[in-house]
Amino acid sequence: MTTQTIQHNDAHASGHEHHDTISLRVFGFWIYIMSDCILFSALFATYAVIGHNFAGGPSGHDIFELPFVLVETFVLLASSFMIGLAMLAVHRGDKNKTLIWLFLTLILGAVFVGLEVYEFHHLIAEGFGPQRSGFLSSYFGLVGTHGLHVTSGVIWGLILLFQIGSKGLTENNISRISCLSLFWHFLHIVWICVFTIVYLAGVL
Amino acid sequence: MSSNHNSAHGSLRSYSVGLILSIILTVIPFFMVMNHSLSSSGALVAVIFILAVVQIIVQAVYFLHLSKDAEGGWNMLTMWFTLMTVGIIVIGSIWIMFHLHMNTMS
Repeated sequence: MTTQTIQHNDAHASGHEHHDTISLRVFGFWIYIMSDCILFSALFATYAVIGHNFAGGPSGHDIFELPFVLVETFVLLASSFMIGLAMLAVHRGDKNKTLIWLFLTLILGAVFVGLEVYEFHHLIAEGFGPQRSGFLSSYFGLVGTHGLHVTSGVIWGLILLFQIGSKGLTENNISRISCLSLFWHFLHIVWICVFTIVYLAGVL
Repeated sequence: MSSNHNSAHGSLRSYSVGLILSIILTVIPFFMVMNHSLSSSGALVAVIFILAVVQIIVQAVYFLHLSKDAEGGWNMLTMWFTLMTVGIIVIGSIWIMFHLHMNTMS
């Protein structure tokens, strides 16, 4: 069906219809993001309900280090800005700049995942793993799901880097990077909820 | 979307404004919590929640370029439906679970 649509567009040689195909695909991906919102809302609800059951273990006040979380937040915010710059390069048709900004986005995304893995490893090594208390189960479930999303975004972006590098800014690649940028901005919006509800409200 | 090319794609200016506002809206709540700027922690929680909502709106406008015209309004319509579902899940769960908690624990 996809190839039919492209052939149809080529026959018309109309930029308008190319644009419509891309925006239809991006809208489909938007619907997926909305369903992901509902997944995260269930995890946030779980955290809100059992996040105060410490079972004699540590509370957020004991284990969260806000300066570390602030660094994580800025790394993710910077990568969210850079994929925006990559999208501007896409719309200018500038393949090299697109590749550079996408690459920097993915580096920062990987740094964010690395920081999160370090934080989790540190907690588990101290005996504060997800099995310790209801609070820690819901914490690892929520923050870990966000980290898995970022990880899959980095893998997706790496594949896209090779696709754009070899085939250029084709119609398919433009709709792919448009979807990735939506996904990336969405993950930062989820992170705003995470640092506010889990980390900031957790240490109070 | 095609009729409104520039606003749908954003510009360097809109991304920069979004970035600067996001930095400000991130630093303020972290600073307030680290220094316990307000004596009442209930008021502090209310302030950081409001700042988070403001930052989400800032990012939706400047990074996601959401507007009532994008995709002929379908983006916004699906977003409002999702927000309603999210509200029912989160508020409904908290309401029910704390009500059960009161009845079983006291």
